[in-house]
Amino acid sequence: MSDAVGGFSANLAPAEARTPEARVAGAMKGFAQEMGALSAFRLESCIHCGICADACHFYIATEDPQYTPIWKVEPFKQAYKREASPFAPLYRLLGLKREVRADQLEHWQHLLFDSCNMCGRCSLICPMGIDVAALIEQARHAMFDAGLAPKELYQKAAHQRATGQPEASAEPYRDQLLAIGARFKVDIPLDKPEAEIMLCIPRTDIEHYSSAVAALARVMQHLGVSCTFRSDALVAENYGYYAGGKQWQRDISLRLIDQAIACKAKTLLVPECGHAYNALRWEEADLYGKPLPFKVRHVTEFLADELQAGRLKLARAAPGKATFQDPCELVRKGGVKDAPRTLMKAMGIELNELEDHGGFAFCCGGGGGVVDIERAAPLRYRAMEIKLREIDRTGAETFLTSCSDCRRTFDDAKAHFGWKNSPHSLLELVANNLSGAENRT
Amino acid sequence: MDLLGFARGPALKVALAVFCLGVVWRIVGFALLRVRRDLDIPRATVFKYMSGGLISIGSRSWPHREFIARTGPGEALGYSYHLGLFAVVLLFTPHIIFLGSLFGVRWPGLPSSLITMISVLTLTLFLAVLFRRVTNPVMRMLSNFDDYFSWFITMLVLVTGLAATAHIGAPYQTLLGLHILSVDVLLIWFPFGKLMHAFYIFPSRGINGAILARKGATS
Repeated sequence: MSDAVGGFSANLAPAEARTPEARVAGAMKGFAQEMGALSAFRLESCIHCGICADACHFYIATEDPQYTPIWKVEPFKQAYKREASPFAPLYRLLGLKREVRADQLEHWQHLLFDSCNMCGRCSLICPMGIDVAALIEQARHAMFDAGLAPKELYQKAAHQRATGQPEASAEPYRDQLLAIGARFKVDIPLDKPEAEIMLCIPRTDIEHYSSAVAALARVMQHLGVSCTFRSDALVAENYGYYAGGKQWQRDISLRLIDQAIACKAKTLLVPECGHAYNALRWEEADLYGKPLPFKVRHVTEFLADELQAGRLKLARAAPGKATFQDPCELVRKGGVKDAPRTLMKAMGIELNELEDHGGFAFCCGGGGGVVDIERAAPLRYRAMEIKLREIDRTGAETFLTSCSDCRRTFDDAKAHFGWKNSPHSLLELVANNLSGAENRT
Repeated sequence: MDLLGFARGPALKVALAVFCLGVVWRIVGFALLRVRRDLDIPRATVFKYMSGGLISIGSRSWPHREFIARTGPGEALGYSYHLGLFAVVLLFTPHIIFLGSLFGVRWPGLPSSLITMISVLTLTLFLAVLFRRVTNPVMRMLSNFDDYFSWFITMLVLVTGLAATAHIGAPYQTLLGLHILSVDVLLIWFPFGKLMHAFYIFPSRGINGAILARKGATS
């Protein structure tokens, strides 16, 4: 089984190399702890119609039934029926539901991590209305508890929890941030004791797209708002979320929460990072145990409001034919539907929309940490061909998005496929078209 | 006591008791699990997300435009046999009389000949549904005993009902007894299997839809 799916034993997180029995016990304990009435209802409601497969790009690309979204939680459904469902004693007494086996869970690592972006498209197709993606996220928590998070995600989460950065870097991110400010000649507000808005950045931008970091600083400078980065909480991403480590996700997000409280921020501004927005906006208060004492806003939401309030004016951009990739965690799951298009409209951009756009867009293929999992790359490339074809069919000369992980995934596709298009940051386009500003990144 | 007397006497009483207690237990059994309070600030007002839930109850009745090319035929098949079943169960005059004796209300039915035609059509659709379940790789993989037994027992109710109305294969009393007995088995099985979706479908759509609407997420 392990060989068939890529040798998972070798990919076990080193600190979690427990016995198979301990792994299973951990997984089931984690899952049972999370099993509330809502999740139970979702599992109870499935009628095995398989329609969710038709929303998933991994299934559509391969037609391999194992990629059916609801199948990805099958062992957990089995565990629920056996351990916690209303007829659990009957299932156990008559042996109708077997205990989940370790080799079964190892195989499911491929299904829950490598072949699922947690993009939530499957949640839109279910005739019973089941939020399948929410179940998959819970199953990932159990996999983490079982020591079955893929090593890349586990290691990045562990590093981020310990240091604030998902990976070691030649220079600390703080120094890189200041260097970007110097290079692009833009002020980097850093470690101000008090500020209205606390900023953070995707580490993807620090490492790959420094112009996007400069764009954020430039826009904030242009608006003249009171804002600051904080050295102790620079990174927006949360690898605990990807890896399924619920406590780790909390610990990582606490860095941001604590710093936002310390500088008395009224708003935590999430940059162009879809999953960071969804995790902070819709999950962290629950993990924190009380409502957050500040608002969590995505940068496009904030800028659209500034635009509508008349504090932000944008010049007309001339990107030619343009199209937009709706980041799943931001648009479909996060609910930030209109803000990106409001900004583009203000710049005079008329979009050639993708066939599947808005809340129904296909994922870029890299979400959910999949872009970080090395062995997942061949399958990811197959799945994302759907998206690339849609983009090509628009005939767009400019391809915009508002998520750095989407951007990185498309750039990776460009290198892999020799794809001719290039993903651009919407924020950078805004920064380059600030009305009355001469500064360009 | 003959078969008919047994089927509509003690067997029906037991079946109804199992059905009622089982359905209540199946719902209470998970509803009593912990309910987590959302601590984040909702994007929508209570009115908006409650209405979002209600909209989802209706909107999930048919696939979104983006999915219809892939799922339309399968969903049409699913809806067709469900409609056929509803017509046969609720609009066949003897059923109306039986249900009227339970609930105290009656309503007009369809002519028997039309019900027979609908039954035959529904039966054909049922066979198509089974064919699809065993030939479609996704459905075959997902299917378990529950899927096949739920199909079988519903089909048995249809077949015995048709045989009874057409007087085929045995005396009417025996056929009617078998028909009611098959209903008894269906009622006993109901709370244990996927037939429970009859109770779940609207709350499931509504609750999940409201949760998504609360965030302003796509539903």
